[in-house]
Amino acid sequence: MTASSPTQYGVDVQVRGLQKSYAGQPVLQGIDLEVAAGEIFVIMGPSGSGKSVLLKHIAGLETPDAGEILIAGHPIKSAGSLNHYRLAMVFQSGALLNSLSVGENVGLYLSEHRIKPQAEIDRIVKQTLEQVGLKGIENRNPAEISGGMKKRVAIARALVTEPQLILYDEPTSELDPLIAVTITEEILRLKRQFSVTSMIVTHDRSLAFGVADRIAMISDGRILFVGLPGEVKANPNPMIQKFLTAKFDQEKERKTI
Amino acid sequence: MFENLGEMLIFFWRTVKMLPQVWRQRRKVMDQLFEIGNASLLMACVLSLFIGGVLALQTGPVLVDRGLSSVIGGIVGLSMCKELAPVMMAVLIAGRIGSAMAAEIGSMQVYQEIDALRTMNIDPISYLVLPRLVAISSALPLLVIFSILVGWIGGALVCVYNHNIGVSFHSYFANLRQTVELGDFINGLFKSWVFAVVIGIVSCHQGLLTAGGPRGIGLSVTKAVVNSLVLILILDYFLTRVLISI
Repeated sequence: MTASSPTQYGVDVQVRGLQKSYAGQPVLQGIDLEVAAGEIFVIMGPSGSGKSVLLKHIAGLETPDAGEILIAGHPIKSAGSLNHYRLAMVFQSGALLNSLSVGENVGLYLSEHRIKPQAEIDRIVKQTLEQVGLKGIENRNPAEISGGMKKRVAIARALVTEPQLILYDEPTSELDPLIAVTITEEILRLKRQFSVTSMIVTHDRSLAFGVADRIAMISDGRILFVGLPGEVKANPNPMIQKFLTAKFDQEKERKTI
Repeated sequence: MFENLGEMLIFFWRTVKMLPQVWRQRRKVMDQLFEIGNASLLMACVLSLFIGGVLALQTGPVLVDRGLSSVIGGIVGLSMCKELAPVMMAVLIAGRIGSAMAAEIGSMQVYQEIDALRTMNIDPISYLVLPRLVAISSALPLLVIFSILVGWIGGALVCVYNHNIGVSFHSYFANLRQTVELGDFINGLFKSWVFAVVIGIVSCHQGLLTAGGPRGIGLSVTKAVVNSLVLILILDYFLTRVLISI
């Protein structure tokens, strides 16, 4: 990941036969996916189905047992691959560095890679924080801000890298509906403005069906179905239907009591 | 611990290869130096004063009985230089700073901060390990110089004010100056530098291996301190053997 090019446009992602086991327990069992440049691709599935592990593989944080991942046609982890695209990941917890202020967190990529002079970095940080609705919190400590603010700071930190591919791990979990809507709008704005490719792992059905160009349903480390949101809703697979229609039955619960 | 030795050597080599980048990380090195000094200076002072004192107290009366009161200064001086100051300061730093390093890096690992660094193409070794290793390997020898001086003073105070010894300041320091040579000082400083590298590498490596939440962080801290102490004591023997023969 370098800022070699100032232009910002999406890159395509191809996942081929990805397999991963932890302590003999298979987590990914031959995942095949193709994500087009500029697409918002949502991965949905129950907890423990391997969604986040898949995302970590695409981010290059895990090494697969078998299979390969190509981003912009370049196998990840190959020499110099990071010079061909810019990738950013928004972690579920935000993963802000607690030893740095909010502003330093957002500007970390630029300052560590010495891409811009400090005054310019400060200006970009201020502007990006304003963009995600967090004006004037540059000097606050991550420990002093709420979970929702942390997530938006994490998005701001991703944005300053001018990413061509953004990976979101549960971007709306633990957030109130208003903030969740803000984040959803931000994801859509990035697609509109820069044609950034977005891959989103989520349980949030309204987020998924609100933003996705295509949705992949995953269960037990296998892709069940990939298609347009309407096709996913209409898919007769009982596992998919169970996941999409699960709701709390108040009447049934009352009768039990 | 021993199964990780090879891994730790590779880890050390990867950190050494990052040394040309140390100027870029100077702010972090300074922060770490301040933290080490702030956390350990007072403790080092108290510890060294009493070690020097105990040494004089244990050896003084026996030597006085045998008419050897004039060599107490030399014994305290050499012991502090070559053995006690390097080992005791290394134990102190392993407990106070090594544990903090393992805990901080461990919690960054558990809470995905290190993953976040990697996705930004920032090498955790250059960003986290290098400044800590440079700071600890600069601070520990300095702390050992301080400890040696304070230890000598501790020994002198006991020699003068303990009625079973009753050696004057002048006689104590005259013998110390006569006995302790620059080579003894360097001997101790070299040992402390090796111990500092061991503490830095073991603690940072253990921190990066952390997995499994708060319990994992606690486990990493314990392992970092225990493994550092075991390696320090084993290396102390072999280093002494080598340095004696030089």
